[in-house]
Amino acid sequence: MQPIQPVNIPEVIQQIPLNYYLIISTALFVIGIIGVLTRRNVIIILMSIELMLNAVNLLLIAFSSYRADPSGQVFVFFIMAVAAAEVSVGLAIIVMIYRNIRSIDVGLLNKLKW
Amino acid sequence: MQIDLLCILIPLFPLIGFAINGLGFRQIPRGAVGLIGSAAALASFACSLYLFAFFRTQVGITGSNAPIIANLFDWISVGSLNINFSFQIDQLSLLMLLIVTGVGSLIHIYSIGYMKHDEGFGKFFAFLNLFLFFMLLLVMGSNYVVMFIGWEGVGLCSYLLIGFWNTNTNYNNAARKAFVMNRIGDLGFLLGIFMLINTFGSVEYVDIFEKATRFTIGDTTILAITLLLFVGAAGKSAQIPLYTWLPDAMAGPTPVSALIHAATMVTAGIYMIVRSNVLYTLSPLTLEIIGGIAIATALLAASIGLVQNDIKKVLAYSTVSQLGYMFLGLSVMAYTAGMFHVITHAFFKALLFLGAGSVIHAMSDEQDIRNMGGLRKYLPVTFWTFLIGTIAISGIPPFAGFFSKDEILAHVFMHNKVLWVLGLIGSAMTSFYMFRLLFLTFFGEFRGTEEQRHHLHESPASMTIPLIVLAVLSAVGGLLNLPGGGWLSDFMSPLFEPSRRVNPQAFADATIDHSTEYMLMAISTGVAILSLVAAYVVYVSRRAVPASDAVERPVAEKVLYNKYYIDELYETIIVRPIRGLGDALYSFGEFIIDGIVNGVAWLVRASSAQLRLLQNGSVGFYVFAMVLSIAAIVALRFFIRF
Amino acid sequence: MLTLALILFPIVAALFVLAIKGESAKQVAFGAALIELVLAAYAFVQFVPNAQSQFGFDYPWLASGGIRFTAGIDGISLLLVVLTGLLVPLIILSAFRQQYDRPSAFYALILFMQAALMGVFTARDAFLFYLFFEAALIPIYFLAAMWGGENRIPVTLKFFVYTIFGSLFMLLGIIYLYYQTGSMVAGPPVAGAPAIGAAHSSAIADFYTLNLSPAAQGWLFWAFFIAFAIKMPVFPFHTWQPDTYVESPTPATMLLAGIMLKMGVYGVIRLMLPIVPAGVDVWGTTAMVLAIIGIVYGSVIAIRQRDMKRLIAYSSFAHVGLMAAGVFSQTANGLQGALVQMLAHGINVVGLFFVAEIIFSRTNSRMLDQLGGITRTTPKLTVYFMIILLGSVALPLTNGFVGEFLLLSGVFSYNNWLGAIAGLTIILGAVYMLRMYQKSMFGTASARTAGFADVSGSESWVLIPLVVMVFWIGMYPNTFLKLTEPAVTNLLQYITG
Repeated sequence: MQPIQPVNIPEVIQQIPLNYYLIISTALFVIGIIGVLTRRNVIIILMSIELMLNAVNLLLIAFSSYRADPSGQVFVFFIMAVAAAEVSVGLAIIVMIYRNIRSIDVGLLNKLKW
Repeated sequence: MQIDLLCILIPLFPLIGFAINGLGFRQIPRGAVGLIGSAAALASFACSLYLFAFFRTQVGITGSNAPIIANLFDWISVGSLNINFSFQIDQLSLLMLLIVTGVGSLIHIYSIGYMKHDEGFGKFFAFLNLFLFFMLLLVMGSNYVVMFIGWEGVGLCSYLLIGFWNTNTNYNNAARKAFVMNRIGDLGFLLGIFMLINTFGSVEYVDIFEKATRFTIGDTTILAITLLLFVGAAGKSAQIPLYTWLPDAMAGPTPVSALIHAATMVTAGIYMIVRSNVLYTLSPLTLEIIGGIAIATALLAASIGLVQNDIKKVLAYSTVSQLGYMFLGLSVMAYTAGMFHVITHAFFKALLFLGAGSVIHAMSDEQDIRNMGGLRKYLPVTFWTFLIGTIAISGIPPFAGFFSKDEILAHVFMHNKVLWVLGLIGSAMTSFYMFRLLFLTFFGEFRGTEEQRHHLHESPASMTIPLIVLAVLSAVGGLLNLPGGGWLSDFMSPLFEPSRRVNPQAFADATIDHSTEYMLMAISTGVAILSLVAAYVVYVSRRAVPASDAVERPVAEKVLYNKYYIDELYETIIVRPIRGLGDALYSFGEFIIDGIVNGVAWLVRASSAQLRLLQNGSVGFYVFAMVLSIAAIVALRFFIRF
Repeated sequence: MLTLALILFPIVAALFVLAIKGESAKQVAFGAALIELVLAAYAFVQFVPNAQSQFGFDYPWLASGGIRFTAGIDGISLLLVVLTGLLVPLIILSAFRQQYDRPSAFYALILFMQAALMGVFTARDAFLFYLFFEAALIPIYFLAAMWGGENRIPVTLKFFVYTIFGSLFMLLGIIYLYYQTGSMVAGPPVAGAPAIGAAHSSAIADFYTLNLSPAAQGWLFWAFFIAFAIKMPVFPFHTWQPDTYVESPTPATMLLAGIMLKMGVYGVIRLMLPIVPAGVDVWGTTAMVLAIIGIVYGSVIAIRQRDMKRLIAYSSFAHVGLMAAGVFSQTANGLQGALVQMLAHGINVVGLFFVAEIIFSRTNSRMLDQLGGITRTTPKLTVYFMIILLGSVALPLTNGFVGEFLLLSGVFSYNNWLGAIAGLTIILGAVYMLRMYQKSMFGTASARTAGFADVSGSESWVLIPLVVMVFWIGMYPNTFLKLTEPAVTNLLQYITG
């Protein structure tokens, strides 16, 4: 554990307290979770997952700025790239599901059991 | 001559005889088999005689009564315990050696004639030799474990010989019963040995008896040891409650009954107690118990003997009864008297059994005295020798049994008058059933079938010569220890040195004034003769013959005839419950234990059947479970620090 | 290096046997087992009777974890190595009259089994011990499951799962002990010994010197006890045994009863007594009582059995109970008795199962009420059977007596009453054994047993060595007692502290 160094944070950023970021990203994340849990449409579930990812991204950026440490923002780029790839794979799977069962309702995807 | 070597030779001869006859009895001709077997026994006898003479000379020269110890090898060594395979020659083992090899040789010779027509002739001699070997180990061993080897070994031979005709299931059952009952006694003996090891740290007689003299009279450890050893003695020497095997053991060939179940093996219990005399002297309570058991056995067996109709069964119950007398003698610390009765009993009981064998041989294997009678004319030698045996066992002077039994009764009289009266009653019964046997067999009219009468013949010389020798011994055996300090008392006296040291006053009053002694003799003789006359009146004058089995008997006689239903009692309270327990445990116990094992397996299977239902395939449910679990973990981390 | 040869040679031989097609596999396997016997005999002759582990080798196995491939022979191992070396060729020879499907696989599995058994008895590292302990289970499982009787599949599955289940507790115990090593060693660093804070070690010798709390020893006691109690088996963990013995082909039964159950007794001696002495102090009496219940329970059930194989199985269960009881007495007599009795029991039980197999192969029945009268035509079998039987009922001058005498005296000095109850085995043993002998051999011959052919050829060559061993151990047990004495004395020092 390195001792925390006092850093200079620009005035502009300090105008919005860190807690606000925390609250909004938590809200976004919970919305995403609720979306995943309640919706049956695969596309909306996928979108909810994206929402959760972005909630995390927001938090990373906020911490990164307040710590004046750019590595957090680098991570965000990583996540965005991976998320893009994930969305394309995910959509492809959804297309395959649709072709097979003519529906994208996850409730119908329960063959893999027992 | 090296004495150690001689000691080894004595048991080695019978072992060699066993090996030759046992391995090659299908090839060796019959004549040679009998010769080898008997020669082995005779060679042992010769060595024993030489050893006896040597020992006497040595005692005479050096004046030391120290036993000769011949150490062969270390047998079992564990930690501080070292069990030697070694022999001890002293007065007691010499006496037993002479009886075992002497009477054994005679019975071997007799068997040549008796077993001539049996297909298992070679096997028989092999077993007899093996028996001699183990019996010699028993009496020669210098420690309790070697004695135990012989002890179990003679049990094995007894088993093999009782079940000699092994196609007969009843005989096999009798053999098995004998072995198992002996084993019950052996367990007691074994536990006694363990206790000796724990107490004295050794199993050697010399060590133990030396250390035992430091104990006080009535010590509880010694009490436990002596009681456990006595359980062994009771098994081997057929005392209550372990006597029922001996009458059944009569299933074996008659020479076996004479050698094993009358003269030698069954007296091993007496030998053991005389050997351990110092331990028993230290434990008066054990002696009291032995006395009670002994007199009960003597009376019980004698009363059963009164009504038996199988010639060998009568003799068997008589043996049990006489063994009771020997223990009775031991129980009043009359160790010499007990041993004396062992010796005379070996003579006259072997004689009686061999005589019975001669009768059975002549009667074409008929054993029921109701089908005999009048054999006196056909079997003169057998008759006269049997008569001598009968007089001897009945305690009529001047034959051997009188002296030995009288000595026991005299000691008992000094110790306990009630026991003496009971002993006298037993003595009366002995005389009665023995003369009943004699009269029914040899007097009156022949009651067998015509075919049997036609076949009647005196036995060959190989059978009659042992009879005559034994008859002479039975007649004059009493000279060994005449009242008032005979040769045997002097000879055996050093054996009881430790006993005298631990309990001097018990041995101090060993003298009895002459008038009392003569009175006791007169009473016991009178009782015996009275029984004789009674038997004569009933079975000769009135020509009574015991009723056939079909006839309904009076209750008292029926109980006696059925041996107090003791066998049935054991069957009901021991054998059946164990069988039942076996069945119950096998069907029910195993079912329950296995049920628990299988139940655990079933539980795993059943719970997995339930748990897999959670895997219902619904993605939403999985996600829900995941979120819930994460929330739970976070909550846990938040509320409980770990 | 000899130890390595003892373990590896059967594996190599087994692979070779696997490659052979047809019945000649049995000859090759027999030859290999004979060579292994020579190796074991060499160890027996060259062994110096002291407490040291000899002929050993040491090879870093998982070196970074302190787990080494260490094996060696001390007096206790030697006896079992000799037993394994002696019995396996006899077991293979006893199968010579039988035609088994896929003989190469059958005999190769027996040799694999031998390798695993040798490994168990010589391992000086706890993980190695565990490895072989489990490895021994695999060949015997296949032997029983592939060549067994009608009901073999559920029976062998139960056997397999049950014993594996038990062994897992032992594994837990070993892992726990493993983590106790290294850090706990007190005192200044000694060359060769782990220093304070040193790496962990799984050498059994290092386990001996651990300072374990009494509570931990209590739990470890049960972890090990369950593993070994199932293997031996001790009441009430025995229910797999009779069925497995009956369903297995006879060579597998012999391996199981003759050698494999000794792994349990050996494990108790090697791992439990010296490592958890305080646990044994607390729970030893319980274990002994269970073992003694087993003696009486097994004997009483054996009295009522009709099937010879099942009867022998229950008798074996009773005898093992006595061994376990003797071991838990923690006396020199009990331990020495257990060692001699392991040897003796291995010989007797193999002999008895073989006789049952001979009778079964000629009459197609093992049921006592269908037999009888065999002795009329079979002088040799009568004698051999009688001698082995006498060994089994512990008649003096036969092998069973020495073991039972020492075992009972050990138990008796531990507790007189328990000794007396355990002693019932000599009575009940006589009852069921003589009953078996009488019902099978004596009496009149039935149609089934008439014209029963006497033993000959390979059968005699199995029985004669067994009979010789019965007398050798019975008449001069010091040959073996002297070899084990230093090791046992050494072990007792760990127990009494």
